[in-house]
Amino acid sequence: MMSNAVSIIQELEAIALSPYKSVMRTMKETGKEAIGCFPIYAPEELIYAAGMLPVGMWGGDTELKLADRYLQTFCCSIMRSNIEYSMKGAYDMLKAVIIPTFCDTLKCICENWKVSAPRIPVIPMVYPQNRRIDAGFVYMTEELERVRGALEEISEKPITDAMLEDAFAVYEAYRSAMREFVSVAAEHPEMINARSRHLIIKAAYFSDKKAYTDKINKLTEALKKESVKPFPGIKVVATGLIAEPPALLDIFAKNNVAIAADDLAQESRQFRALSRKSGNVIQRLAWRIVDQQGCTFLYEVEKTRGQMLIEQVRNTGSKGVVVFMMKFCDPEEFDYPIYKEELERAGIPVLYLETEQQMDSFAQIETRVQSFAEMLA
Amino acid sequence: MDDDKKLTSKDFLNQLVAKHYEGALQAKAEGKPVVWATSICPQELLETMDLATVYPENHAAAIGARKGALEFIENAEGKGYSSDNCSYARVNLGYADIQKAEAQDIPMPDLLFCCSNICNTVIKWYENLSKTLQIPLILFDMPFNHTYEVPEHSIRYMRGQIEYAIGQLEDFTKRKFDYDKFGEVMELSNATCEWWKKATDWAKVIPSPLNGFDMFNYMAMIVCMRGNADGHRLFKMWHDELEAKAKAGLGPWNSAEEQYRVMWDGIACWPHLSTTFKALKKYGINMVTSTYPDSWNVRYEKNDLSGMAKAYASNYANRNLDYDEDNVVRLVKDFSLDGIVYHSNRSCKLMDFRQYEIQRRVEAATGIPSVVFDGDQTDPRAFSEAQYETRIQALVEMMEENKEARRKG
Repeated sequence: MMSNAVSIIQELEAIALSPYKSVMRTMKETGKEAIGCFPIYAPEELIYAAGMLPVGMWGGDTELKLADRYLQTFCCSIMRSNIEYSMKGAYDMLKAVIIPTFCDTLKCICENWKVSAPRIPVIPMVYPQNRRIDAGFVYMTEELERVRGALEEISEKPITDAMLEDAFAVYEAYRSAMREFVSVAAEHPEMINARSRHLIIKAAYFSDKKAYTDKINKLTEALKKESVKPFPGIKVVATGLIAEPPALLDIFAKNNVAIAADDLAQESRQFRALSRKSGNVIQRLAWRIVDQQGCTFLYEVEKTRGQMLIEQVRNTGSKGVVVFMMKFCDPEEFDYPIYKEELERAGIPVLYLETEQQMDSFAQIETRVQSFAEMLA
Repeated sequence: MDDDKKLTSKDFLNQLVAKHYEGALQAKAEGKPVVWATSICPQELLETMDLATVYPENHAAAIGARKGALEFIENAEGKGYSSDNCSYARVNLGYADIQKAEAQDIPMPDLLFCCSNICNTVIKWYENLSKTLQIPLILFDMPFNHTYEVPEHSIRYMRGQIEYAIGQLEDFTKRKFDYDKFGEVMELSNATCEWWKKATDWAKVIPSPLNGFDMFNYMAMIVCMRGNADGHRLFKMWHDELEAKAKAGLGPWNSAEEQYRVMWDGIACWPHLSTTFKALKKYGINMVTSTYPDSWNVRYEKNDLSGMAKAYASNYANRNLDYDEDNVVRLVKDFSLDGIVYHSNRSCKLMDFRQYEIQRRVEAATGIPSVVFDGDQTDPRAFSEAQYETRIQALVEMMEENKEARRKG
């Protein structure tokens, strides 16, 4: 079983490390056309129901030159990378992109995209911030219906309620598999190190969700058969937008710092909220946003993130929290002082790492991860 | 006659600023609740409820202009706020901790009132205030208009929020909302906005009777006094003065002639107000307009909640590129502009990240030159006088070339 697990891990890592190749291959294998999905949340179920392939667009390590035409250097590197890729033609295989306006930068990206990549139509989308009042919920269902209509136009066929039900079921299976995977993986840091964990989860963005879920389920089953061994390092909880670039996570693996749970927008925030059973699929999709907690991109006056991180630390036997702060991400930066204070009050050590997608020197970060690990060992 | 001579709109403005802050401090001292609100929020609801309200953006600007921002910025950064976050937010979050400013004090709030038509950043900022101060927050979420017009379902969503907020205000004050008074406040607010717009429109005359940097000063009052009689009187008074000046053929300054007319894109660099002003005036450049006159021209029919929602969602920062392009092109024509100064303001990503494309489009549509300079609304560290000077010189050269070409036909 061990070798089975290793081969699935290697396969998923390879998918995540070559997004372009992976998307092209998935398109070929499934015969589906692809729709790009900007962070943070996109209604992937609608795309899947339309018989198309949702593809995650979380930037990448590309040299930033062309994007300077639209964006100042103090723009978050994920968005600069996406605009750069769009201008280089790296996204030409996409039939359209969905850009939700979760932050001020995304609003501008949505507008610039219309000019930077005129060949790829954009479906803008607004998620209501007042999502917990009736008017907000209704608005959200109207936005989802509007996007459904836009996708119907692109795919040139109707998206029926039955198709939506099927797609929602695929995504429910995917989310449930992911919740189980991250929980089982936390028991096996010797096999699923920080880097592997990230890449395995990320691979979903470039795969067909159904086929991907099968692989994850197999991997989880294989992991479950392994005995739980004593881990010579420490476990931490990761928070932030995204834990990249992968070289950063190599440092964690090297220093035996395992990620036992995460609150990353690119990872657990995508699947941690449980879906409601009532209502039609559009309403259930809206409820998923209503019920999401502790996400900086969704208005939450109680700001439960700090408390949530404290619970994650306690539930997983973690020793601290690592903040992957994507430089120039305003929402994430605004949350930090609040949860930092709550964590400190709870006696939980915090390691703050400022990241960008284009990083060439990791020496300083390596020293800080090392001393953090030593301090907590 | 004496009475007429005595009070200028500038005097009245200064009196009102003092009255505004003293009134709020007094209210707090009397145990009345105080509200902190964002700059283009539906203040009509607060005015109707007779709630003392102060505007952290105004306050941060005032602290910045009096060169007191750094103390508060450093306090906020010490708590973990990034130096890349909006400096109004950093000044205010710092003030919420220190609670004492030499430039101007404001009472601490009992209620927060936040409207996202100006940016999503205010949502995070006010969330943090609510969490830190443990006080309620009323949020108006105004969806970004990626379409040219404000969509109908957005208007319904926003109207729903206004109705919901009225309930929240009733709960907060334990008083019934007075709809008759609401109608009166709506009427007055519309009238005040109309005088604000008509006053700033006098800058269309050549030479402009308005020195645009004065507009920045009056702006503080259109933020906080739209819905009351003082504000109405102030803007009518300012309008009449500008009208008289225009009819007498008077320009913006006594000491110099208006040579060039420009638009200033973005908010002022408050800590460097005098430097930025003087560098323009030296060349006879008058800033005659910006996108702000229209941003507070919040107009709708009395008692029309949907119209009110739409008006509040219609400001420049909340609109798409096509709308913004048309808007600036219209300003170029209406105000006979010779050039544009774009403030790439480190605090305001929403304005910045569309600026380059707007600049290209407006230049292509109108042929007028422009420059971009780096600065910040209140963080004094993010501005270079030398860079600003150089950019302005470049603009003057380009504007002069255009003038020369026009002279030669």
